[in-house]
Amino acid sequence: MYVAVKGGEAAILNSYRLLAQQRRGDPAVGELSIDHIAQQLRLAVDRVMTEGSVYDPQLAALAIKQSAGDLVEAIFLLRAYRATLPRLAYTEAIDTGRMVLSRRVSATFKDLPGGQLLGPTYDYTQRLLDFSLLATGTEPAADTSTHVSAPAPSEVAPRVIDLLNHEGLVEDQAVPAGDPEPFDLTRQPLRFPADRSARLQNLARADEGFLLAMAYSTQRGYAESHPFVGEIRFGTVDLCLVPEELGFEISLGDIAVTECQMVNQFKGSHTEPPQFTRGYGLAFGHSERKAMAMSLVDRALRAQELGEEVTAPAQMPEFVMSHSDSLESSGFVQHLKLPHYVDFQSELELVRKMRKAIARQDKGAEPDTERDAHA
Amino acid sequence: MSQAPLLRVRDLRCAYGAREVVRGISFDLWPGEVLAVVGESGSGKSTLLNAVAARHAPTAGTVEFAVRQGSDGAGDLADIYAMTEAQRRLLARTDWGFVHQNAADGLRMNVSAGANVSERLMALGQRHYGRLRAQASDWLERVEIDPTRIDDRPDTFSGGMRQRLQIARNLITAPRLVFMDEPTSGLDVSVQARLLDMLRMLTRQMQLAAIVVTHDLAVARLLAQRMVVMQGGYAVESGLTDQVLDDPQHPYTQLLVSSVLPP
Amino acid sequence: MRDPHIHFAYLDERTKRMIRRAILKAVAIPGYQVPFGSREMPLPYGWGTGGIQVTASIIGSDDVLKVIDQGSDDTVNAVNIRRFFQRTTGVEVTTDTTAASIIQTRHRIPETPLAEGQILVYQVPVPEPMQHLEPLEVETRKLHALQEYGLMHVNLYEDLAHFGQIATTYDYPVLVNGRYIMAPSPIPKFDNPKMHMNPALQLFGAGREKRIYAVPPYTSVESLGFEDHPFSVQRWEQPCGICGARDSFLDEVITDDQGGRLFVCSDSDYCAKTQSAAASSGTTL
Repeated sequence: MYVAVKGGEAAILNSYRLLAQQRRGDPAVGELSIDHIAQQLRLAVDRVMTEGSVYDPQLAALAIKQSAGDLVEAIFLLRAYRATLPRLAYTEAIDTGRMVLSRRVSATFKDLPGGQLLGPTYDYTQRLLDFSLLATGTEPAADTSTHVSAPAPSEVAPRVIDLLNHEGLVEDQAVPAGDPEPFDLTRQPLRFPADRSARLQNLARADEGFLLAMAYSTQRGYAESHPFVGEIRFGTVDLCLVPEELGFEISLGDIAVTECQMVNQFKGSHTEPPQFTRGYGLAFGHSERKAMAMSLVDRALRAQELGEEVTAPAQMPEFVMSHSDSLESSGFVQHLKLPHYVDFQSELELVRKMRKAIARQDKGAEPDTERDAHA
Repeated sequence: MSQAPLLRVRDLRCAYGAREVVRGISFDLWPGEVLAVVGESGSGKSTLLNAVAARHAPTAGTVEFAVRQGSDGAGDLADIYAMTEAQRRLLARTDWGFVHQNAADGLRMNVSAGANVSERLMALGQRHYGRLRAQASDWLERVEIDPTRIDDRPDTFSGGMRQRLQIARNLITAPRLVFMDEPTSGLDVSVQARLLDMLRMLTRQMQLAAIVVTHDLAVARLLAQRMVVMQGGYAVESGLTDQVLDDPQHPYTQLLVSSVLPP
Repeated sequence: MRDPHIHFAYLDERTKRMIRRAILKAVAIPGYQVPFGSREMPLPYGWGTGGIQVTASIIGSDDVLKVIDQGSDDTVNAVNIRRFFQRTTGVEVTTDTTAASIIQTRHRIPETPLAEGQILVYQVPVPEPMQHLEPLEVETRKLHALQEYGLMHVNLYEDLAHFGQIATTYDYPVLVNGRYIMAPSPIPKFDNPKMHMNPALQLFGAGREKRIYAVPPYTSVESLGFEDHPFSVQRWEQPCGICGARDSFLDEVITDDQGGRLFVCSDSDYCAKTQSAAASSGTTL
């Protein structure tokens, strides 16, 4: 005799136990510390902070440990944590023009004030697995045979965009009249048409893989914009706050950010002189791929604003911005695992009914009355 | 029959950026009257049509339409650009028709012919499937489409059939004004002739007013009582079709007329 | 049971106020989708965060909560959500439909009729009924505002033309209060009639899409259809294999690999009650 299945709660509790085991792995292997992650998986931490929308390397490291390295899951943890935090204050806008630079490159000029500062980058490494990294526990002996002294972090350098702007070559990104508050996606729902601040916030939090693919598509003919890297800079900026009680600015400390200014195909008409147009990208930590992808997509999404024909998905704000959030996309894709047997039951019944009706017709029987209605 | 014009256009100007393409056009249109707007490509005729049909905002001038008030059909002229978007959209769905040059632009290619034709009726609240289908079937016959094709999608139809379907879709709500943008271009000559005959019959039967944009003088001759000749955004000549074609006054009109090959 | 380190019902009070304002607006305009600043919750988007945020904003310590998924109190998803509320509020929970003041549901309406004062909170995946016909929100917003619902009826007409019947069997669109067309969430169309003139308040939350809508008590909810092809519900030939009920939605259970099947009530509480009523009255199944 069939008995309705019970035991949902016991199943969940058991699955927690199994999950904890899976996360820990072989207990004979030492447990991963938060510091290990924060220090030696730094770029993972940077991504989780960026898409999690919280600058806190310790918390991001914790999220990565808890999610066993699944970064989308870690991002989810950080966002959920952030959602309930009280808002204490708003800082001043960061000034990337005053960044203390660890790395600064421009593809548009061979040399420029402040110089090309290569900094720490994988760009010019050969991607060969380094088996010396298999060894752990001891500091590797420093290779002093070819000693290259690392330069100290650079002094402040002027932005390439500002240099181009002296000649009026780049479009003006004027502050809107009245300097309105930027849109806050974490507080208000996104509506369309979305303004620039909403768009940039959406892209900053966007899943890196999705943004990368969208950016790539613009380079392959799905809306060409002939981009050039005006500048990428990575370093630290000062975070400042003007507390009400004090009335003057105090520094809260530094945060590390990566900024990309993409310069694109010039626009113009016979009445307006041509200018280069811009795309902007910003991410926490050292996240060049993300910042670059963001800047390409930012520019593509301005198609309508710049009077260009919209032909490709990367130019469609509703398409890009509605599908960019990994919490939304992962949640909805994976929700298909939830029971859907009631809906499926309805579909089953319909298919059976339709097949029966066709079988009757094939047999030359009286057509189903519903079909008869429009004979 | 009302003696007031159905449509009044005054000093209409349109531009794309700095480039003006319609330069001060004025005309009246009376109920049941067909007006042809003739010119070469680049003359501004399509832009004019779109501006009058509320699809492209003009930079200056007015477009007024006698909105239906009550059952007698008579109404005062109202500025269509002073209306709300809701009112304009309602007008476009009921009292106006728009026949596109490319039928795919005026049809839902992914639903059946029957759905295409009865959509406007459903939008107006008709909810009886059998009756909707019967009306759609009826209209398919009127535009000479085999009614057994009512469940077929337009992407299985020929160009001429699609155009006739588009016409049925527009006329089913008995609109008083129909805009047509090159309704027969791109079709075979014999197909064109058939379509023109059908359009002429329908406009007469239904007392439709229409503005037909065309580069083809034969279309103007066959369908329109009056015509306007456009060149470079200006209306260079206008009047009764037969008069303008038989005795053109403006040099450009003369050029147009003389370059038409005799049938 | 209640975790004292977590704020009551998890959401901060400011967020709850924001959501309640959205709910009030939704109740004032039945069937209209009110955008709201959906928060990231500890459960993923797509897994009921909208329903959870609505419940979290209205629940008080005196409430009695029932959570169901596919009609059952015991599916893992229902258990998970119920545990979340137990942990964050400590309120009394129940499987008894009549005893609950708030019922959060995924994809079913309980068989037992609801009463005044009860609130039914639906979890909604796709709040926009026309999304599969017109993906752009900018356009569908206009269609709702102008009451231009021709597209919905074209869709139903096509079903009739091609299948001889309307092929939508769940999330069947309805007209609320004679004004807005609404997506009732993927409840089977079998449940649609229960929404009409229901004495309870019905709230709908879509967390990922960030919309809240509502059907106030005693509001007209009509399923779309044609006069000559009126809306009709599913029927089964057999009764529930456990309790014998003939008027409930039945799930199909495969019992062996020979194609053996059993049909049982989807609503676990209803099934248990019918069973015990039959037993106490001595009726045989």
